[in-house]
This record gives sequence, C-alpha cells and structure tokens, in this order.
Amino acid sequence: MILIRCPYCGEERPEIEFEYAGQAHVMRPEDPSALSDEEWAAYLFIRENPRGAHYERWRHTHGCGRFFNAVRDTISDKFLVTYKAGTPKPNLQELMDKANDAV
Amino acid sequence: MRYSALSLLSNALSGHQKWPSQWRDVEPKPAYDVIIVGGGGHGLGAAYYLAKKFGIKNVAVVEKGWIGGGNTGRNTTIIRSNYLYDESARLYDHAVDLWDGLSQELNYNVMFSKRGVMMLAHTVHDVQSFQRHIHANRLNGVDNTWLTAQQAKDFCPPLDISPSARYPVLGAALQQRAGTARHDSVAWGYARAASKLGVDIIQNCAVMGIRRGANGAIEGVETERGFIASKKVGVSAAGSTSLVMNMAGLNFPLESYPLQALVSEPVKPVFPCVVMSNTVHAYISQSDKGELVIGAGTDQYISYSQRGALHILEHTLAAICEIFPIFKRMRMLRSWGGVVDVTPDRSCILGKTPVPGLYVNCGWGTGGFKATPGAAHLLAYTIAKDEPHPINAPFTLERFTTGRLIDEAAAAAVAH
Repeated sequence: MILIRCPYCGEERPEIEFEYAGQAHVMRPEDPSALSDEEWAAYLFIRENPRGAHYERWRHTHGCGRFFNAVRDTISDKFLVTYKAGTPKPNLQELMDKANDAV
Repeated sequence: MRYSALSLLSNALSGHQKWPSQWRDVEPKPAYDVIIVGGGGHGLGAAYYLAKKFGIKNVAVVEKGWIGGGNTGRNTTIIRSNYLYDESARLYDHAVDLWDGLSQELNYNVMFSKRGVMMLAHTVHDVQSFQRHIHANRLNGVDNTWLTAQQAKDFCPPLDISPSARYPVLGAALQQRAGTARHDSVAWGYARAASKLGVDIIQNCAVMGIRRGANGAIEGVETERGFIASKKVGVSAAGSTSLVMNMAGLNFPLESYPLQALVSEPVKPVFPCVVMSNTVHAYISQSDKGELVIGAGTDQYISYSQRGALHILEHTLAAICEIFPIFKRMRMLRSWGGVVDVTPDRSCILGKTPVPGLYVNCGWGTGGFKATPGAAHLLAYTIAKDEPHPINAPFTLERFTTGRLIDEAAAAAVAH
C-alpha cells in the first residue's frame, strides 16, 4: 500500500483513504462541436500512460473529500510531489533531480 | 518420441542437467519477413501460426525479458467465452475452439481442463443480468446454463449457500466448456513448435525504437542487439504496447494497470471447477499441483511495477473466505502482479494500424490468457493477408473515433 500526502490535510495517509482519478491536466475542449472526430476521440480516450513520471489526479475520498494532483513514478509507484488542484504543473526535471539526490 | 519413461530415468541419473533445449537460442538475423514484438503466448502463437498456417517461416519473435516471464506466466489460467456481445462471443469462442485441440496441435500438453466456470449471482440484479447473458450466449452458440443455488452447491461442494451467508448465493451461470490450462506450457509449447518451424526466438532483447521510411511504412525495429529489418511488424506487448506504439509515432487508447493474483500452499484435490464472483470480486480454482489459484482485481492507478497493494489481496481473500468457509485457514504461498493494458471499452484492439506494415494485438486488459490461441491465430491472419479476419474486423483502433465501441465493461462489469 502506498502512502499519499494530501496537500489540503497536510498529512501522509494510506492509499485506502484515496481514490485514483486518472491523468491530470486534461482540459475539456472549449468548443467540442468545432473539433474533428479524431480530436474529440483523443480528448476522450488517449492518455499518456508513461513509464516514469505521471501527472495524475487523486481524491481524498475518506478524508477532506477534495481532488488534488500528484506526480508519481509509475515504475516505483513513489510519489514525487502532491499539489493542490488549479496550481500549475511542477517542473519535472527538478523533481526527478531531487528524488535522485535523495537516493 | 521425445520423452519416455526411459528418458526420464536416464536424465534422472544425470541430475536432469542434460535435457535438450526446447527451442533454439539464436542471434538475430539482419532481416526477417515478419517481426513479432513480445514473446508471450500471443506473440509466440502468432509466429507459430504464421509459419504453420500461412507459410511465412522467416519470422522473429523479439522479447525484452524471457519466455513465460510476462503476463503469460502471471495470470490465473481461466478460459471461458461467455461474453455478452456478438463480436466478443465470436472472438472468445474462436479461442476456445483452438484451445480444444491445442495439446495435439503442438504435441505439448497444455493441460486444458474443461472443468467448468461457474459465476455466482448474489443479488437480484446479478440474477437478471446473468440470465440475460445466458440467453445472449446461447443465441450465439456459446454454452451457458443457469443453476439454482442447490445445483451450484452440487457442482461445487465447498460453496456456502446458507441463507445467512454474508454473500448469499441466489444461483449461478455455468459454462461447462470453460476451464483452465497450464499457462507456462502454452508459452513453451508455442515456442518449441514455432522454433521447430524456423521461427527465431530472441530473448533479452528489448525494442528501443521502430524505424519508418519516408513514406511512413515500417522498415524495421531498433533493438538492444542492433537494427533488425522487416516490412511487417506485429506488436503483442501487453502492458508495454502503448510505449512501443509511441516509438512508431502512434498514441493508443491504453492504460497499464497492475493486476494481482496469488496461490495457496498445495493441498489434495478439493475444488472441482472455477468459481467467479463478480459482485464481491473474487475468483478461484485449484491447479493440478494442488494450489488454490486466486485472482484479485486491478489496482486503481496505472503502474509498470508488476506489483500491487496488499489491501487488494485482502479484499479478495475476505470474499473467498466468506463464500468458501473451508478455506479460512489456508495459508497463502506467494502473490504477484502483472501489467495489463486496458482499453476504454475493455475490448481488445486487434488488427491493422494507421502505419503501413504495423499490426497490433493489445488491450486484452485483465482477460488475455483465455484468448491466447485465438488472438495469436487472428494476428497471424491479419499480418499474412494484410487485412483482418471477419472475427477480429470489429476490434479496430478506429472504433474509438467512430464510436462503434464493443462495451464489454458496462455489459459484463466482471472480473476476467
């Protein structure tokens, strides 16, 4: 079980308190009817699925109930950082350097 | 004869050090007619059928790990075809048809055992949806029958059907033709048979890139052991498929999740069939070695770690102990995880891609093992003819654009 730090509660809590909610920073197109079928399908179905750092959403369902974002390494499952929804993407290179320094 | 009591005895005397290799260990040639990326059951099977049925013997299977080390060796070996939609029923029943004669075809005992797969109904909703499944299956020529709770108990005596049970059993759907097979044998059997027909199996050789020509068509693959040329490449890489597709410049609607399973210590035969409970998410059978083989659900987040969280296993075991109280004191021996590639509609993608010469077999999610011979045969067909077989024609990548989904996720809502 992984430990997750909720940026709202400010506490590290076990995974069973949380719900995974897919890739983060996926923006709904402003004018869907202007999109081609391919563009709409890409918005609906195509996800990054990276081997490495992944920007993703979590919800602290059994805590504050709020959605937040995280960067997690999909090879080790370790969280690099969690941050509040609505804040910009953190710099990935800095995070990776920091994680590597810690090792 | 390859094996006999005499060969067993003589090899016992030499400490089992002198058994011949099952398949040739080879260095990659500079070029092949077809390269298959991924040496699991699906990929090896595709190479075998290309050589056997379609006369294309200059084939290489490129595998980043070792044969039988991926999802082929990490599943719960369940084989069934009682899927709801016409397209899926045809696809999975095609696989079961091929499972039927597979041991003879490969001259390798894959231990396909039609012990029956029974799916428990715990709620009124389960009863209604299972009966709908049964009707749909029978219209498609797929065997599936409804059992009362008592009939289910008669078929599987360890089942607790008492009215006070935590998960009361209201009935069950039984596919008699379904069952299990020995997963390693499937990989080894296909590997040996394919190797004998001239297929090169190249292990420990990860694909680093896919080379495309000026017209966009496939020219070959870059590997850890250098460039290998081929005009046709079939990708059958399970959880890593989206990464391989990215190398060819394609984004695929796939997400890779950990799927866990576990086995108990071996005991004498006590469990005669496969039982699945979708509502409480547990499935169980007993291997011929005697271990109880228990499957859990996927973890909630994407991951390539090939392991998952303990609470997923706890949840499954809690359900198993409620449904089969006799197993409460069983000790578990080992657990593991595989990386499964899941599509948005939980059906596979099997066919051509927008890149000329690039073919794909992926998106089997949590249920790929049962499809092994069928998927392998259909991938081989699609590569050889450069067009899909009628059975896999609906399972295109384009369906996510056209909206013609095969939405088994909503229809079945099942563990696979």
